[in-house]
Amino acid sequence: MAQTNGKPRSFQEIILRLQTYWAGHGCAMMQPYDMEVGAGTFHPATTLRSLGSRPWAAAYVQPSRRPTDGRYGENPNRLQHYYQYQVLIKPSPPDMQDLYLGSLRAIGIDMDLHDIRFVEDDWESPTLGAWGLGWEVWCDGMEVSQFTYFQQVGGHDCAPVSGELTYGLERLAMYVLGVDHVMDMPFNDPDAPIPLSYGDVFRQTEQEYSRWNFDVANTDVLLRHFEEAEAECEAILSHPYEDPKTGQRIIMVHPAYDQCIKASHLFNLLDARGVISVTERQAYIGRVRALAKKCADAFVQTEAGGYAA
Amino acid sequence: MPDLLIELFSEEIPARMQARAAEDLKKRMTDALVEAGLTYAGAAAFATPRRLTLALEGLLATSPTLREERKGPRVDAPEKAIEGFLRGAGVAREQLEVRDEKKGQVYYATITRPGRPAAEIVAEELEKIIRNFPWPKSMRWGSGSLRWVRPLHSILCILTDEAGEASVVDLEVDGIRAGNVTRGHRFMGQGAFAVSSFEDYCAKLKRDRVILDPRERADHILQDAKNQAFAAGLELVEDHGLLTEVSGLVEWPVVLMGEIDEEFLGLPGEVLQTSMREHQKFFSVKNPKTGRIERFVTVANVETADHGATILAGNQKVLSARLSDAKFFWENDLRLVRDKGLAGMAEGLSEVTFHNRLGSQAARIDRIEALARELAPVVGAEADTAALAAKVAKADLQSEMVYEFPELQGLMGRYYAEAEGLDPEIAAACQEHYSPLGPSDAVPSGPVSTVVALADKLDTLTGFWAMDEKPTGSKDPFALRRAGLGVIRIILANDLRLSLGRFLDSQLLRQKITLNRQKATSGEIDTLEEVLDEIADHGVFGAAFQAVIERLKGDGKAPETGNGSVLEDVETALPELSVDLLAFLHDRLKVHLRDDGVRHDVIDACLAMPQADDLTLLVKRAQALGAFLASEDGENLLQGFKRANNILTQAEEKDGVEYSYGADVKFAENDAEKAVFAALDAGEPEISRALEAEDFAGAMAVMAGLRPAVDAFFEAVQINAENQVLRRNRLNLLSRIRAICLQVADLTRIEG
Repeated sequence: MAQTNGKPRSFQEIILRLQTYWAGHGCAMMQPYDMEVGAGTFHPATTLRSLGSRPWAAAYVQPSRRPTDGRYGENPNRLQHYYQYQVLIKPSPPDMQDLYLGSLRAIGIDMDLHDIRFVEDDWESPTLGAWGLGWEVWCDGMEVSQFTYFQQVGGHDCAPVSGELTYGLERLAMYVLGVDHVMDMPFNDPDAPIPLSYGDVFRQTEQEYSRWNFDVANTDVLLRHFEEAEAECEAILSHPYEDPKTGQRIIMVHPAYDQCIKASHLFNLLDARGVISVTERQAYIGRVRALAKKCADAFVQTEAGGYAA
Repeated sequence: MPDLLIELFSEEIPARMQARAAEDLKKRMTDALVEAGLTYAGAAAFATPRRLTLALEGLLATSPTLREERKGPRVDAPEKAIEGFLRGAGVAREQLEVRDEKKGQVYYATITRPGRPAAEIVAEELEKIIRNFPWPKSMRWGSGSLRWVRPLHSILCILTDEAGEASVVDLEVDGIRAGNVTRGHRFMGQGAFAVSSFEDYCAKLKRDRVILDPRERADHILQDAKNQAFAAGLELVEDHGLLTEVSGLVEWPVVLMGEIDEEFLGLPGEVLQTSMREHQKFFSVKNPKTGRIERFVTVANVETADHGATILAGNQKVLSARLSDAKFFWENDLRLVRDKGLAGMAEGLSEVTFHNRLGSQAARIDRIEALARELAPVVGAEADTAALAAKVAKADLQSEMVYEFPELQGLMGRYYAEAEGLDPEIAAACQEHYSPLGPSDAVPSGPVSTVVALADKLDTLTGFWAMDEKPTGSKDPFALRRAGLGVIRIILANDLRLSLGRFLDSQLLRQKITLNRQKATSGEIDTLEEVLDEIADHGVFGAAFQAVIERLKGDGKAPETGNGSVLEDVETALPELSVDLLAFLHDRLKVHLRDDGVRHDVIDACLAMPQADDLTLLVKRAQALGAFLASEDGENLLQGFKRANNILTQAEEKDGVEYSYGADVKFAENDAEKAVFAALDAGEPEISRALEAEDFAGAMAVMAGLRPAVDAFFEAVQINAENQVLRRNRLNLLSRIRAICLQVADLTRIEG
């Protein structure tokens, strides 16, 4: 059982405390999106739900993949697969900063001993056509979260504005638990009958994926999949809004957006394989952005996106 | 007279925007109040991470009542005109006054604008200012439409009268109602509190752990950091920019000094300093004896029960992680350099694009290297050394350290060149070839650094000229003006004597080869490369091009040079580009010399002379001419020249001929005329000798010495004599005088 006060003892306890905290503050506890993404922002619960006028509040853990960051499990801080904790509240409440600070207290950061700072850091995602203003939050000189007020997503102005929080869970947990190497971090309770470290869970996968990402992934296949995902995304969205079978208005935004996510991750893999030149990079990013924008355009035509028939 | 206090309280304002925002608030508010008739005695603006504050002293309680007299129509004017006047002035007919004027009786209206209470004006103006505040970047939040730098939470706006009685200004912006309440420090404050005056506000802020004045915070940080360093026998490395930034990140600065782990002390000092400043906003603390950076200073925003021990330990841990990265990069780079040398490090640069049309960084380096080889003998550097320096000078762009810290480019190259055991001149060139970066930055002086710096800048200039992407107006995205000024300063500071034209030609040709490599046939590229080899012999592109074409024709391999071929394009475009680029450099030089106080007409007079592409010669000439013109001899020279030139020019215009056939002493009629011949005959060789030696002042002194003879000549004879033979001879004599004077500069361009 996770304790609700005092210092947390494991990686998972920090996640559980964040879950409890944000559930207690009215967020819907979403589950991770079941696709490979580069960051928690890609989850449709953030990207798509930050669009349109309907209120929203969600929190979730999102496994995130950054193939170029793989270090075969050797680097103390860098992983090609890691967890982000993501909170999105629309419209952003006036006490969003205080809510955030409360979440830090919940995971055992004592404001009387630590130095918390909001340092300017504007967020931009060229692949999502999104940007916002905010800060990186420092705890004793270490960045523990990203705090952003979304201004635009998929090329659309956000109205109302969503407040977004992203916690890099491993880094935050290492700091709270006082661990120097991520692989040494207790994953479950150290006193559990079978105590497991982060390394017990992930060292081997880091090695496997690092090798595959950098040297083995078949770039021809990846390239073909990229083209296919791009074509499929556009094809899905080209269908008329009215479903001929049911006669209902069904815009297939999420299936199309899945393809956009796929294309984005395939691009990251191609990048890790070193087959994308600097000039091509921009072009690929532009192609993914074009998909994201089309999905955003379609989403605001749906009920969840605030469309009223 | 009341005092006004305004505080705009928000979430954390970016440090870099605070000072400007405080100034903007002050300027806009005071301008608006004065415009509305409210004068004040004093104003001060402040910023902290969470607030912008403006305090005005001695504000007028109401704006003055204004009376304005307005002249209307005549009494007997049509009724419509009178009604219109009444409407415009906003007065009733019985308030009008009738005055007798020359043209008859005229209506006058006196309009009174009653003063308004300060509170009303403040409320109106503050709302406008908040809604239109010039933040560099602003945002919306929640469901509102107001824009501010970050969410705005409260507005404090009070007027405090002389009795100390405060009243809240009635104002609401997007649902935020102004009040007399604010908050102190986010963590150390005790919640909201009301204030009644600026003094009360400052005192309560201090009680709640906020220092309002950024200068006070900065002073506190600086003093405390220096003291702590001193107490440990060390010295703070002062960094004004960082101090300002850090003062904008805290409301209550707490200075803490920490240790840098021993294992990182072997890293270059610049790496430690850059990593600490960029990533952690730490100050560096050095050992004054060794100059080595040994500790850091961080500034926290909070006082803690453990006196900052937890904070310091956390910061130290983060720093160690950062420096582990830096150390890892440094060691990897060193290993690579030891195994494969800087040349090996540079290999990957063929994959890095410099510009999508000008090719990769490797292609650029090849061009710079080729030019460096050509420039080396002129600068006095050994050609192979200069070429090797050019080849490796940008290798560090591929190092892990520069990837992480781009601002260390050049410096890391120097360290790595030293590690590889390269010639110290080459190591220096790695760092110095970027110089001068700005107008006050030092110019490289070692011959190898000078060659590479010059070649680098000329390559950039010719590249963009060859693509016809010159700077226009305020648009200069590739800093070509700075590169141009760099070329000028390097040449002048090192007293380099070179004909730039030839080097511009050859580098422009290299750029053209790069740009046409796809389009051209391999034969065409070969031809152009042959031309490149010839430029050194011929001095200019045109002659080299002709020579190569002739030779190919002779061999029966005449290439196509017409019909839109690449060769045709290059042949026609290149000379124009070269002239245009030189003109651009001359323009930059004019700006540079004007800053040194050289007159623009003096420069123009010298630019008209041959060898104007030798900038050192050009400047030498301009400086000599400028100094000479300021002397009495200079005045003599100029007046003598002008007199001769005026008469001659008029005659030439009238006759439609140019008198340049040479005067003959046998037609000289009197002694004064003969004396001029004698003076010229004596002076000319002296002038030639002086010019040969580039002794422009000497040459001009001799020219000035001719004036008495010339003046006597003008006294004694009439130039436009009846006798046409005499007249022509005299005009030809003037022409000789003019030609002599023009050898030093085009004096016709001198004003006055």
